[in-house]
Amino acid sequence: MKSRFTLAATVAVLALNAPAHADTLRLLTWGGYAPDAVIDLFEAETGHTVEVTLSNNEEMVAKLRATGGGGFDLAQPSQDRIAGPQAEFGIYKPIDMSKIDTALFIPSMLEATKTNTTVDGAVYAVPDVWGTSGLIVNAAEASSVADYTDLCNADLTGKVTYRLKRPTLIGFAFSMGLDPFAAYGDIAAYQAILDQVEAKLIECKPVVKTYWSGGDELINLMRSGETVAAMAWDTGGWKLNTDNADINFVAPTSGALGWVDTFSLPAQGRADDAAYAWINFVMQPKIAAMITEEAGNFTASAGADEFVNDALKAQYQNSFPPAAVDNIRWYPPVPAEIERIEGETLDRVQAAG
Amino acid sequence: MTPGRLSFFLLLAPLVLWLGLLIVIPHIDMALVSLRARVAPGEYTPSLQNYADFFTQPLYLVTFARTAIMSILATAITLIIGFPISYYIAKIAKGRSQASLFLMCLIPFWVSELVRTFGWIILLRETGVISGLLQWAGLADQPVEMLYNDSAMMLGLVYTSMLFMVVPLTTTLESLDDAVIEAGYDLGGNGFSVLREIVIPHAMPGIVSGCIVVFMLSLGNYLTPTMLGGKDSLWFTQLIYSQFIVRFNWELGAAFGFCLLGASSLIVWGMLRLTGQTLERTMGEGS
Amino acid sequence: MMTDTPPDLECRGLAKRFDNVTAVDSVDFSVPAGSFFSILGPSGCGKTTIMRMIAGFLEPSSGDIRIKGRSVLGVPPNKRPVNMVFQHLALFPMMNVAENIGYGLRRQGVSKSEIMRRTGEVLERISLPGIGGRKVSELSGGQRQRVAIARCMVLEPDVLLLDEPLGALDLKLREKMKVELKALQAEFDTTFVYITHDQGEALVMSDKVAVMNAGRFEQVGPARELYYNPATAFVAGFVGDANRWKGRVTAAHGADVTVLLDSGLTLCARGTGLAQGDRVEIFVRPEAISIAHDPHAMGEDANQIAVQVTAMLFNGANSRVLVRDPQSGAEIDVALPQSAAFAGLDKGDAVHIGWNRDQSLCFADSGT
Repeated sequence: MKSRFTLAATVAVLALNAPAHADTLRLLTWGGYAPDAVIDLFEAETGHTVEVTLSNNEEMVAKLRATGGGGFDLAQPSQDRIAGPQAEFGIYKPIDMSKIDTALFIPSMLEATKTNTTVDGAVYAVPDVWGTSGLIVNAAEASSVADYTDLCNADLTGKVTYRLKRPTLIGFAFSMGLDPFAAYGDIAAYQAILDQVEAKLIECKPVVKTYWSGGDELINLMRSGETVAAMAWDTGGWKLNTDNADINFVAPTSGALGWVDTFSLPAQGRADDAAYAWINFVMQPKIAAMITEEAGNFTASAGADEFVNDALKAQYQNSFPPAAVDNIRWYPPVPAEIERIEGETLDRVQAAG
Repeated sequence: MTPGRLSFFLLLAPLVLWLGLLIVIPHIDMALVSLRARVAPGEYTPSLQNYADFFTQPLYLVTFARTAIMSILATAITLIIGFPISYYIAKIAKGRSQASLFLMCLIPFWVSELVRTFGWIILLRETGVISGLLQWAGLADQPVEMLYNDSAMMLGLVYTSMLFMVVPLTTTLESLDDAVIEAGYDLGGNGFSVLREIVIPHAMPGIVSGCIVVFMLSLGNYLTPTMLGGKDSLWFTQLIYSQFIVRFNWELGAAFGFCLLGASSLIVWGMLRLTGQTLERTMGEGS
Repeated sequence: MMTDTPPDLECRGLAKRFDNVTAVDSVDFSVPAGSFFSILGPSGCGKTTIMRMIAGFLEPSSGDIRIKGRSVLGVPPNKRPVNMVFQHLALFPMMNVAENIGYGLRRQGVSKSEIMRRTGEVLERISLPGIGGRKVSELSGGQRQRVAIARCMVLEPDVLLLDEPLGALDLKLREKMKVELKALQAEFDTTFVYITHDQGEALVMSDKVAVMNAGRFEQVGPARELYYNPATAFVAGFVGDANRWKGRVTAAHGADVTVLLDSGLTLCARGTGLAQGDRVEIFVRPEAISIAHDPHAMGEDANQIAVQVTAMLFNGANSRVLVRDPQSGAEIDVALPQSAAFAGLDKGDAVHIGWNRDQSLCFADSGT
């Protein structure tokens, strides 16, 4: 009798423990951040399985909000989308820094992200992939474009495209000599900046061919030559550069906008151990280099640059002379209220005849 | 409970569950969300502020009116194009050609809406097929941009909706005895009067049910206005999407959703009143 | 020969070919004003094609159609002075009775008050006053029939075409409507052209009947003539009932022929243009055969046979006796006389039957 009880207890303990050793990691991330090759290596090494859901910043927050932070075990929103939504909706849980191998990260980047994602003394994210948005210019057709406001040049009428999203508002503001980040804490001041940007964007509207909404759409517009200048991400420019040497990403004179996508834990994630294992796995320099090759963007992994192919390195150095790197303007955390007034501005720009 | 009643309730259960879980409960939840306002992070208070916003912001009202008018226009164009097609399929084409014509209307719907819309983009864009053909034929001396305007969007809406007009119309027209049409001619009617006095009155339930479906599809379409529409063409569903997904403002998004529901119900009701049809009759005939 | 007033409807050499099929093959006929003309034939004989050509829904491949002396070739259906009652009537379900009847008048641009007056009038004439406001679906079969005729008659057409309009009615109502149609035709005094596959309808109502087969008219004439003097084997077989046998001519003297049937029986018959050795078909109507218990009562009939009753088929006035010739085994269908002498006739009884030479109609065998 006793032995049978012991056996049953052993089985029960094993059953309870088993998931901790072999979990399913439900990863909510961007395209290219979890290449199949990396997943295979991770699954072989740890025994966990990975389920990937591709998304973008807005949808990640919306999905987590809809489920109260459930449905996923690891999410990768940008660092400016952590503190605001966390204060508002409570969709993340704090990171246990003792489980993170901090030696793998570029120290300055790790510190910056920790600072930006701290709410009530708890850290909610660590950095992963970073990149910039700026201009993609076809030098043969639009060599005059050096800053966001140059996208309004009348000689480019019908040849320009950009998104109608918040990076456009921020980029134009900097290009017009304003500092929106400094006004983040002051709604009235921020509204004043937005009003000026709104007027400028409406004035520029006749020059725009269309407001692009998807990455493929932008690539097609630039590749076909229908547009010759755009506001977009750096990787899009480098991708186009591979096909057509005239087209390349250009860091605007007022500064490229820098973003950092993070690792953060959804509030009701069930496989935290697997999540930490994934973070520590993909931050290894060789693995991080594989992600860079796939996504096009560099990571916060220390020493990964060495393993990245030369073509990508050359494109990066071409777009970012040392001065341009120093000039990158990193997005600070977005206070919830300013997204609402930005939205109204964007709606008015779109509706303006 | 008798076995008969038991099986009746068992049969009813999926319907009740479906209605309850997928339609009633989410709507109640959305209604509650739409009736509250944010006062501080994570804190809400009951309020009609969202509805007040809808009715006081000209942008929202204008976008809504624009969406409704364009949808009505798309419905009318779909009807005008769909009616002769349906008439041809139901009354003129025979046997195999009838089946293959119907199939031709159906085939575009085997691929996803996204692919269909991309098809139009490939045709209409400045470096696209039609622009190229026009230049090749010497009708244009430079690339012609036909994308990113209201006409392109209208084209996409009509194309997307066509099947939903042709199916109910073909069904009702097929039920019209050929002899009745011939009698119309025999007794002195011409093509126009037979159409007006016999064919259209007979097809009215199909016309109305087709129009209701097409109108609702157009009003609720998101992809086509987003992909084919121009930089000025804001669709109401885009407003709802951006409130929910981009602005995290579920309260206003939910209120928009209910305004859309209310107004579209009103327009459908008006359409039924105007044509003297009832919902039971149109839906019965149309399916 | 030309008369002073041309016939209401006249077809000359009318033919219609669909691809390789000849539906109507050079048909000639004329229908005098105010008469009731029927085209009788099996389905697929081409009668509907003729009707549709007259109405204008089909163009003839060759030949001419004249209405009151004027050719209507090339005139569209809505411009022809002809109206049609369709097989399933084709009343407009979306309109009430008055709107149905007023439809043609509205097309002619008649004023509203005039339409009201004439609609009321025609409803009186079809004995359905005051039903103008009813829906078509609320009418009985017979009422619909009359409304369909009224809808045409209100336009006062030169010719009214009727395409088997009684086909959808049940038997009792059909019998009643036959009489009623004939009465309506007299009431409106309009030329009716009626097509049917039902000989009962055609024979009862028509002044003249054309029997049609395989795209051609076999015979045109009054009902009586078709019945008693059929011109062809087809007419003899199609109109009325008949015993039908095949055989060979053994002797021919003018119209008098002697025929040896395939069953072995020898009959005297009448037929023109026949010679010894010809294959023939013989038709004998059941009611032409007399029946007697006593052979001496048979009189001078050329054909006399002693037979046995094999079955009694009682059907009131249309009762029949089936008898068998014991020598040849041939079965013969005989009408039962309505007299007390034969009331007790039963299976197995021996009787004598006979008919005279003129009632054996003999035609060269067409091979069908």
